[in-house]
Amino acid sequence: MINLRDKGAEIWESQGRLGRIGIALSGVAIAAALPFMGGTILNTPIADYESVLVYPIAMYVLMAIGLNIVIGKSGLLDLGYVAFFAIGAYTMGLLGTKTDLNTWEILPIGIAMAMFSGIILGVPALKLRGDYLAIITLGFGEIVRIVALNLGALGRSEGIINIPTPPAIFGIEYRFDSHRIYYWTLLVLILFAIWMVRRLSVRRAGRAWESIRQDEDAAELLGVPTFKYKVWAFVLGASVGGAAGVFYASKTLFIAPDNFTLQISILILACVVFGGMGNIWGVILGAVILGYLPDRIRFLSDARLLVFGLVLVIMMNLRPDGLLPRKKREKAIVKKDAS
Amino acid sequence: MIGNFLDQFWSLTFGGLSLGFIYILIALGYTMVYGVLRMINFANSEIFMVGTFATIIVVRDVFKFTQASEPATGFRLVLILATALIFSMLVSGVLSMLVEIVAYRRLRRMNSGVLAPLISAIGVSMVLAESVRILTDSRPVASPRAMEKKFIGQFFDAGIRIDNTIIVISALILFAALMTFVNRTRMGKAIRAVSMNPNAARLMGINIDGVVSATFLVGGLMTGAAGFFYVLKYENTASNIGFELGIAAFTAAILGGIGNIKGAFYGGLALGLLETYASFFLGTQWKAVTVFVVLVLILYTRPNGLFGEALTQTRA
Repeated sequence: MINLRDKGAEIWESQGRLGRIGIALSGVAIAAALPFMGGTILNTPIADYESVLVYPIAMYVLMAIGLNIVIGKSGLLDLGYVAFFAIGAYTMGLLGTKTDLNTWEILPIGIAMAMFSGIILGVPALKLRGDYLAIITLGFGEIVRIVALNLGALGRSEGIINIPTPPAIFGIEYRFDSHRIYYWTLLVLILFAIWMVRRLSVRRAGRAWESIRQDEDAAELLGVPTFKYKVWAFVLGASVGGAAGVFYASKTLFIAPDNFTLQISILILACVVFGGMGNIWGVILGAVILGYLPDRIRFLSDARLLVFGLVLVIMMNLRPDGLLPRKKREKAIVKKDAS
Repeated sequence: MIGNFLDQFWSLTFGGLSLGFIYILIALGYTMVYGVLRMINFANSEIFMVGTFATIIVVRDVFKFTQASEPATGFRLVLILATALIFSMLVSGVLSMLVEIVAYRRLRRMNSGVLAPLISAIGVSMVLAESVRILTDSRPVASPRAMEKKFIGQFFDAGIRIDNTIIVISALILFAALMTFVNRTRMGKAIRAVSMNPNAARLMGINIDGVVSATFLVGGLMTGAAGFFYVLKYENTASNIGFELGIAAFTAAILGGIGNIKGAFYGGLALGLLETYASFFLGTQWKAVTVFVVLVLILYTRPNGLFGEALTQTRA
């Protein structure tokens, strides 16, 4: 099978500084032009194409990048990622309706709330390993949803309505039906998240995560403060989820516990694994496909989730490392030794 | 509140026990597969769901019960219950083997880590849940009542209901049978060997694929029996019940120490009782929260569950 990932890396590495800037800019330009492609084959029947771009696609991409820090980079299985998304969204919902703060002022608060809950959950949970962590995070995701469902202050099953849209910034106005504007704003957030992850990956934190993922005991013995970096990965992942949540609430204007079920956690996990764990481009591709596919095949109406499940099974069996897997560094080393 | 609780203590306990035994049987499905493959069998919850439908098919379509018909008695009742139990177990067991072949076998041979099989199992469980949802038109299905739910005895103030008694006794028999199978038979020995060390087991000439298939079959049989007991107790089912019970049973498996069969037993019992008591004191909506808080506390003090072996040791 052709290795798209290595092919892409080869092209990227063979370019000079100018060529790389060119590739990056054209990539951003293509992504930014997507809202204008509504008339083409990309169009989604039934659902509004531009709103599909915002949610699920762009929102999934953002969350998948956040979850990738936790699962792909440091190998911690988190099945309750939706909790941070919900915490961000409810922060926006509560502060947006009860106080005068606007979306841009709430965004850092929502991120801080998500990070704080990441610490609260992470410090006890990250002492456990592997599958126990999975069930604890899964339980946390359910607890957040159940609390939202049963606390009067959070609106119970009716949720929170009349959440304000973001106020105009740099002369750009946010109307609830101008999906393009939201899409471009999310694109900026996504680019910022990509930048953050890429910078961290090549620094001490990235190396620590990589070592934890490969062999936690060895990392600990070599002096990597594994617990500290695990909590960091968890909290950074949570911050991205929180940001997505704030923006989601501000876009849909209405949130309810039903929007934050375990299914979302699993879907985002599927995006990460399907696209290629640990490789940020693979994760983005996975999120785009899995966000887009259910709406593209909406003409199958009732059977669309069935087809979606089939696609997951078949794809995982054909490409267990995902569509664009992470660089096979070990393989490269073996090749060098042989020659 | 406390006075009320004491008044109802025994009837709550009996309800909790029968729920606990349902959890035990589903938890066995998770824990057996985990013991052998070190993987969460995400599709087990849907195997349970299919088991509940198998029971309803037997009662409604084979024995032609309707909501209006008279409950059966005597030999006919035993025949109906036995047929439904065996049919559900077989359907779920065979389905569980198929799930292994579709979702796990290829990936297992490729040594692809833990996450890829997890996602493909999630895919399979979506396919199962969605197919049943489409077939049932997204509606819950009520089971016709084949058995009259009499009280057969009195214990302190609480009446002992016949369905709860049947559940507890037959689940105990099934559990004993499973323990005998794992501890006394040749295949059971092979399963234990693979769960201790797959590579050494292969070198000793054990057919790993066969052992894994057998494990999924046995786990599915137990889960299918749980589906029968669930319908017997609650008399309804829906395409989405697998999720909630699956999570609860998985929690039970973890509580007892996953990969450990006795652990699933005590974990299931503890969870069934805990949930019932917690719903009494705090209301049903908070029971999941209570369960998870208890789970976190237990894992924090005993990181391998109540009866678990040290995972790090068996992994190496």
